[in-house]
Amino acid sequence: MATATVERLVGKAIRRREDPRFITGRGTYTDDVKLPGTHHAVFVRSPLAHARIVNVDARRATALSGVRAVFTGKDLADGGVNPIPVGWLLPGLKTTDFRAIAVDRVRHAGEAVAVVVAETAAIARDAAELIQVDYAELPVVVDAVAALRKGAPQVHDGAPDNRCFHWEIGDKARAEAALRGAAKVVRTRLVNQRLIANAIEPRASLATYSPATDELTLWVTSQNPHVHRLIMGAFVLGLPEQSFRVISPDVGGGFGSKIFVYPEEVAVAWLAKQLGVPVKWTAQRSESFLTDAQGRDHVSDVEMAFDASGKVAGLKVSTVANLGAYLTLFAPAVPTYLYGTLLNGLYDFPAIHCEVDGVFTHTVPVDAYRGAGRPEACYLLERTMDIAARELGTDPAELRRKNLIPKERFPFQTQVALTYDSGNYAPALARALEMVGYQRFRSEQTEARKKGRYLGIGLSCYIEACGIAPSQVVGSLGAQAGLYESATVRVHPTGKVTVLTGSHSHGQGHETTFSQLVADVLGIPMTDVDIVHGDTGRIPFGMGTYGSRSGAVGGTAIHMSLQKIIAKGAALAAHLLEASPDDVEFKAGRFSVKGSPDRGKTFAEVTLAAYLAHSMPAGMEPGLEMTSFFDPSNFTFPFGTHIAVVEVDVETGRTTLLRYVAVDDVGNVINPMIVDGQLHGGIAQGVAQALLEEMVYDADGNPLTSTLV
Amino acid sequence: MARISVKVNGKQQSHEVEPRQLLVHYLRDVLGLTGTHVGCDTSQCGSCTVMLDGRTVKSCTVLTVQADGSDVLTIEGLASGGKLHPIQESFWEEHGLQCGFCTPGVILSALGLLRDDPHPDEQAIRAGIEGNLCRCTGYHNIVKAVQSAAKKLAAAPADNAPARAQGR
Repeated sequence: MATATVERLVGKAIRRREDPRFITGRGTYTDDVKLPGTHHAVFVRSPLAHARIVNVDARRATALSGVRAVFTGKDLADGGVNPIPVGWLLPGLKTTDFRAIAVDRVRHAGEAVAVVVAETAAIARDAAELIQVDYAELPVVVDAVAALRKGAPQVHDGAPDNRCFHWEIGDKARAEAALRGAAKVVRTRLVNQRLIANAIEPRASLATYSPATDELTLWVTSQNPHVHRLIMGAFVLGLPEQSFRVISPDVGGGFGSKIFVYPEEVAVAWLAKQLGVPVKWTAQRSESFLTDAQGRDHVSDVEMAFDASGKVAGLKVSTVANLGAYLTLFAPAVPTYLYGTLLNGLYDFPAIHCEVDGVFTHTVPVDAYRGAGRPEACYLLERTMDIAARELGTDPAELRRKNLIPKERFPFQTQVALTYDSGNYAPALARALEMVGYQRFRSEQTEARKKGRYLGIGLSCYIEACGIAPSQVVGSLGAQAGLYESATVRVHPTGKVTVLTGSHSHGQGHETTFSQLVADVLGIPMTDVDIVHGDTGRIPFGMGTYGSRSGAVGGTAIHMSLQKIIAKGAALAAHLLEASPDDVEFKAGRFSVKGSPDRGKTFAEVTLAAYLAHSMPAGMEPGLEMTSFFDPSNFTFPFGTHIAVVEVDVETGRTTLLRYVAVDDVGNVINPMIVDGQLHGGIAQGVAQALLEEMVYDADGNPLTSTLV
Repeated sequence: MARISVKVNGKQQSHEVEPRQLLVHYLRDVLGLTGTHVGCDTSQCGSCTVMLDGRTVKSCTVLTVQADGSDVLTIEGLASGGKLHPIQESFWEEHGLQCGFCTPGVILSALGLLRDDPHPDEQAIRAGIEGNLCRCTGYHNIVKAVQSAAKKLAAAPADNAPARAQGR
């Protein structure tokens, strides 16, 4: 029997397997889950950014027909609900008393002061309007630089000068010496404005408690259901993990904002058990603006030194990072280890020093948002490079080219802890310049200027630390968790496969890419493979999806389990074929004896034999299921060059994007269509930050950006 | 409470509803048609877009009682007899969706757009779907999907009639 040639699936632009349900309206997002008898929670939110809660009068609300109960922060605290902890500690870090519902003081506009539970969301909303809250207004600070000044209003009593942490990386003395000895030092202050993730699906949660089994089930818009279960179960609610199930079904985008354990989820889970009815909360978009963790918000003083030949000689950065009013789960890591460690960029800096002050203000908490720290580092370097090119009278592309780390220098030890395993940066820059027609553009630009048209070109050479992982490394840096990923590959008796992955897909298309991987390795059709994610009742403990880690870390965990499956299958096949295990090879879905391809068994035949267990090698257990936890030894370091061509109307300032060229080296591609789609989305959010978006507060802490307009 | 009768995806419905109820909540909570999503509270995101008497509306901006006597098409009614509508097919083929949350609304808007203008250029497509927000795709592949759907519909115009669930 000839071995069938199986077409390789990895690397092909295969249409997504998840799409049929989404394009027919059959996706199941959290708010789509309907349980009989569900009550609805609505939160009463502070209109003030900083105030003492004097009194909450809910008498008129509780009297309303259909209202089940009203609870305040004190009720929850008395009921055993602990503060939400922070999952990344830094030396000297001041933690916060981050409560599901504020107990005596609110610290940002929109913080919850009470929750109403009623038979319908409409009744709950009516009742929330009837709750009278008396506040004693307190002074407010929203700007992080101002918050550090003596005499600024204090956000937390335990954090003098509103400083949450002071953090440094690199060699200060060397960086300062480099600046002193430099031919030219470029100095600038850069603001990386505050953003909001705005996934189109608002956050939602639904909890139900079964007294019969003592099991609490929570459906929640989460990028990492096991993290939710661990934090909420063990630390906040005191629920044993084995009787707490967290399901994160279809999730409508995250961009970081659905990593964290939020107050409303905690409250909903507690309420369901307390009241003995299913309780649901779905955010209105206006609440998303008030409660979803926001992104960026850095003010940085940058000094970049150059020698006489225009080579970078050193970099010194001082950043004030606005953390908002409370520390959400990974907030301390974002402006430190996900930011300062990327300040080496693609350039051959001999010295770098970066210091960061993390600062509390009376604003919504800030945590990971699309790239989380890494885009802030990239923007800082690339903006400064452009300013430097202008001051040095050099072409900005040439200044970058001459400073790129040459390919002979890998693995490259940066000045800020990371070791880049591989890279070859110059060709990406050259290719992008060629694609955009850089030289030609410069003459067009000159011509256009003569006619009064203002054309501009901006380029960015970036690197990202992806596949956020090595547990030992992150542990030594303050993470209160490991960052491996898990995968169980369960081969059913007929050779069909279920993969249980700790990664979570909220738009990334894992059901497709992971199936491609499995089908390729096992030589079976993709339709024989199911990918299960997002349910702690089904999947092994895993860390979820953020930091561009699912392909590199989650995918590798699957691959490891597949290799174990094949190894066991080969041993069993050898036994069945009466051959030595060393002589059995697995190709295109078939185990066969090397040199005699006719002597073989298909994957399905071997699988069935494993489950029948009528004839097994000595010591081999029946069944065919393998679990792996992959903990990489380093990040991955994708890089590239992006170039934007714009036209500016100098009368109005309106900027039109004319062309955008991107060259990205992302490593091995499983599905190019999906990778391109991810890049399109990332570019759109990047362009949006550059030209359109900002979360703005007034001086009193009122959010002025509160709708999608 | 008010009694309303409305035809949804070809099926006649009649219910007592609160006068203040929004059409999107009637579809989702009363009829269980959860393919129509709610992404905002200010009628900007377009996730709740449906067809009301052949015109696209944001169902968060229509009271259920206003739909009395009308004919509503939601994403669940677009495919016919297990066969995807060409617009659905094109979104699938061109990777015009990622998380899928905005997708039903975008597809319904594309349906309305292509009825009014069967051969839109890129600018007309972008203008036609500007009432629908997507945070994942950057719109690039959505535009390609609508272009591809326009071609398919031009080749088989009968498909542009709203599909109706038959014989239920």
